[in-house]
Amino acid sequence: MTLLLTVFAALVSTLVWYCSEEARALKVGVLCYMFWGASLMWFVDAVFEYMELRAAYFTPAAADMLNDSFLGLSVIALAMVVWMVLLLVKDPNHLMKKRP
Amino acid sequence: MACFLVPAAEAAVTTIASKVIEKKEQAEDKEKLAQGVSLSELNKPHFSSKLNKLNYMLWGGSGLLAFEHLWHGEIQPFFPFLTATANPADMTAMLHEMSTVGVSMAALVTGVWAVMTFIGGKIENREASPEEALQEEAAK
Repeated sequence: MTLLLTVFAALVSTLVWYCSEEARALKVGVLCYMFWGASLMWFVDAVFEYMELRAAYFTPAAADMLNDSFLGLSVIALAMVVWMVLLLVKDPNHLMKKRP
Repeated sequence: MACFLVPAAEAAVTTIASKVIEKKEQAEDKEKLAQGVSLSELNKPHFSSKLNKLNYMLWGGSGLLAFEHLWHGEIQPFFPFLTATANPADMTAMLHEMSTVGVSMAALVTGVWAVMTFIGGKIENREASPEEALQEEAAK
């Protein structure tokens, strides 16, 4: 579930990056790379887990799924906080700089 | 257990490498500018900017994975940080996971970045079709 949520976040952020020039100026690309990087890493984790559990991997317990969903949403929130901090530090629109 | 440490270590190496390469490229650009090379030639994407994309993927991915490990209690914010280091059996399992899952993660991210960079280079160098060229002319 964490992998699935991260992949969807990566897809949505990539679409936003591709379609909007404003989004590109706001460094949404960084968010895309973060989500894609995490998705690839969780994909590897999922492959190794699948090799161990086989078909049981696709039938997780409801409690585990809920916990994983909660984790996935928290991961998305954390990535967006990191992106927001980076945006404010880089300040592409020069809003944080001292004005004369 | 601590698989994210492998891509994080790779990220540290590639970040240092990209900083060194960036400095070299800046020095080369200054030289070329002094020799009278056109600005459009200098505006071509440098290797350091391509390497930065790998840095973002590695740092971002390993950072988010570290959070997942914190969530599952596999790392803690105080010494010894990795809970698996508490007993030798867990430590062996941790090292095994790092050498299998961790190395695979780093290899897959680097491989995807390499393919992405190669295809990106091909697309950048692709000549515009006659229709696209006409549209660009019209826009001017």
